Amino acid sequence: MSKINTREALDKAAKKGLSTLIPAKIKITVGMSTSGIASGAQGVYDALAAEIKKRKLSILLTKTGSMGMDCMEPLIDVMAPGKPRLSYAMVTAAKVPQLMDEIAKGTLEPIRPFYRTDGEQSLITGEKIKFVKGALPKELKEIPEINEVPFYKKQIKIATRNCGIIDPENIDEYIARGGYSALAKALTQKPDKLIDDVIASGLRGRGGGGFPTGVKWRSCREAEGDIKYVICNGDEGDPGAYMDRSVMEGDPHSVLEGMIIGAYAVGAHEGFIYVRNEYPLAVANLSKAIEQARANGFLGKNIFGSGFDFDIRIAKGAGAFVCGESTALMASLEGKAGEPRAKYIHTVEHGLWNRPSNLNNVETWANVPVVIARGGKWFAGIGSKESTGTKVFSLVGNVKNVGLVEVPMGIPLKEIVNDIGGGIPGGRKFKAVQTGGPSGGCIPAKLGSLPVTYDELSKAGSMMGSGGMIVMDDKTCMVDIARYFIEFLESESCGKCVPCREGVKRMRDILEDICKGKGKEGDVELLQSMSQAIIDGSLCALGGSAPNPVLSTIKYFRDEYDAHIKEKRCPAGVCKPLITYSVLKDKCTGCMRCAKVCPTKAATGEKKKTHKINKKLCIKCGACLEACKFGAIKVE
Amino acid sequence: MKKTATKTETVDKKIKAIVDKYKGDKTALIAVLQDIQDACRYLPKDALTYVAEKLAVPVSRIYEVATFYNAFSLKPQGKHLIEVCAGTACHVKGGFNLLEKLERELDIACGDTTKDELFTLEQVRCLGCCSLAPVVRIGGNIHAFLTQDEIPKVLKTYKEM
Repeated sequence: MSKINTREALDKAAKKGLSTLIPAKIKITVGMSTSGIASGAQGVYDALAAEIKKRKLSILLTKTGSMGMDCMEPLIDVMAPGKPRLSYAMVTAAKVPQLMDEIAKGTLEPIRPFYRTDGEQSLITGEKIKFVKGALPKELKEIPEINEVPFYKKQIKIATRNCGIIDPENIDEYIARGGYSALAKALTQKPDKLIDDVIASGLRGRGGGGFPTGVKWRSCREAEGDIKYVICNGDEGDPGAYMDRSVMEGDPHSVLEGMIIGAYAVGAHEGFIYVRNEYPLAVANLSKAIEQARANGFLGKNIFGSGFDFDIRIAKGAGAFVCGESTALMASLEGKAGEPRAKYIHTVEHGLWNRPSNLNNVETWANVPVVIARGGKWFAGIGSKESTGTKVFSLVGNVKNVGLVEVPMGIPLKEIVNDIGGGIPGGRKFKAVQTGGPSGGCIPAKLGSLPVTYDELSKAGSMMGSGGMIVMDDKTCMVDIARYFIEFLESESCGKCVPCREGVKRMRDILEDICKGKGKEGDVELLQSMSQAIIDGSLCALGGSAPNPVLSTIKYFRDEYDAHIKEKRCPAGVCKPLITYSVLKDKCTGCMRCAKVCPTKAATGEKKKTHKINKKLCIKCGACLEACKFGAIKVE
Repeated sequence: MKKTATKTETVDKKIKAIVDKYKGDKTALIAVLQDIQDACRYLPKDALTYVAEKLAVPVSRIYEVATFYNAFSLKPQGKHLIEVCAGTACHVKGGFNLLEKLERELDIACGDTTKDELFTLEQVRCLGCCSLAPVVRIGGNIHAFLTQDEIPKVLKTYKEM
């Protein structure tokens, strides 16, 4: 492969990419992110390939990353020249032959597309591409356009601009969407000018802390030292968060391009991507992307003929949450145990191997090419004043539309939950949203109009975090959630400093007692004072923010703590020692399902007669609740 | 230096090939251990002394690293690794009940291996498949929206593998 070192060569690659991105023949794209594959996308892909072969059709079959609406997976896109792109949801391998009939005949029944896309605009170049030639046929008008689908309507995609559209293994498709043109532009400018632009954009660290990216770059550039590093933090450890996985899997080149630009700006020639051990597909796609970038001359010596050299290596994490902390991550990169160190020694001056190191999160890096291509001013126009641009969230938990969403900063929380997320399923009540992972907190439904920005979330006792947004309904016990996060942090604490190692452990003891009905008056106050000590005394952010889930649940859900402590009652019906299972006489049909699944034979009864649960035998495993189709199992 | 009687000669060829690939690069310690873990499903003691010798890293440091990270195991693991996701979304959707069911079904505690060495049961901190919660990963395959009811059937398919 010849290296791309001129604009003309880049345009040529873009043309090649466009020929598969919007081909002159029918194209079928399957969403094959980790969650897509787990939902059966591989089977769908194989079935499509087999049908195409069997029918000897001239159809291009490709793969893509997460299309966003993960609860509708497997998702596939079908595109015919001159027609809108049609997206089909919940496709199964069994449905494929029928779907192929439809595609061959050009009909839309019986498997109706979920939505259509009439065209798109390149975020990098601003160029609009219309898929539809001429008037839209009447039957297609009945299919909602993507911008009319509530899930997509309020989203603006910057970091995930290519996810679910391009084939992540095809560099030309990335280039066709304007990829690597920001790099070409950057390399003609002075590094300081680039940093100015990033500062003007207001881009802040998307890993959670929200430190201004440009300011970090400048400090690293100005730090003394011949050898500097740029690092990508892909150790997405927050439970309930998978935005970075989706970007690394679905658009790895956006991360690479951001890093190359950043390296040029700070003066680094070596880069590292630290990826979680739990993300094999992200590692695979990034590795392929790096090879392609090298082959095309975007990595290596004399990039774009500018004289700038830079290369990237991937390091796999080994399953330690604390390695998401920058100093711990760097220790891990050096081959050591991932223990953090005191923050007053800045990593931009003394980081990896004691050299100036600039670390940014995956999503931050993915934003960089857009900032450079469109200018800092343009970027700053999106979102709110102090929190510019967009934020990707993984909207999960007890919400109807589960998936990856990218929204402008400042959007009210309830719009994400109710409009994009479609509200709470099963007619239950929206209780709280947990953001910021174990370092964050729970925001109650009553604060639904809170604008989602770094500062507002912090003020509410939570934090932006990396972007996990877990929706909770009235069946979620907030004391249990606090215990869950503290237990998580206890096992993930590296053990280096006492406040975190011992303090978190003691907090867990107290919370566990409360959940078991052994809580005492004054426990809440004790938790609060211990929290303050841990916040003040911990070495790194893991300990410093560890009490957040406890403090925020005490702040907003004190009544639940009181119910556990004073009344020995779990209002949400979660804490096992405090709940009992019983059968509702009027709902039980005597179907015997509960008796069949009960592991301890606590649930018994005769056919068509009301069943009973023997409280002495019941281990509260919830199997009967899961099995009962009539809502006849009561938990209180 | 006179060569002491290390286990260099007796160590498995597979391990030798892994360690030699890294050409004595100390900073690659984690990567070396990951490869050994993948190949052996745990970190055998003689492999670690061999790594110590070839990478010129004290065994104590290797032990520190091997016990710090969740991905490493010093005990042999079963043929199929069962990882129950303990992420927030899975917790909210009752993932803890799946773990208890698996403990009962396999008659082992979390972290242990069955007597027939078929299964090792572990809890993992979020697999990043929150849209499919609750999930369990067995031998690298993700089982989405798993219910307690389905577990015996799922285990059976792996037993027959």
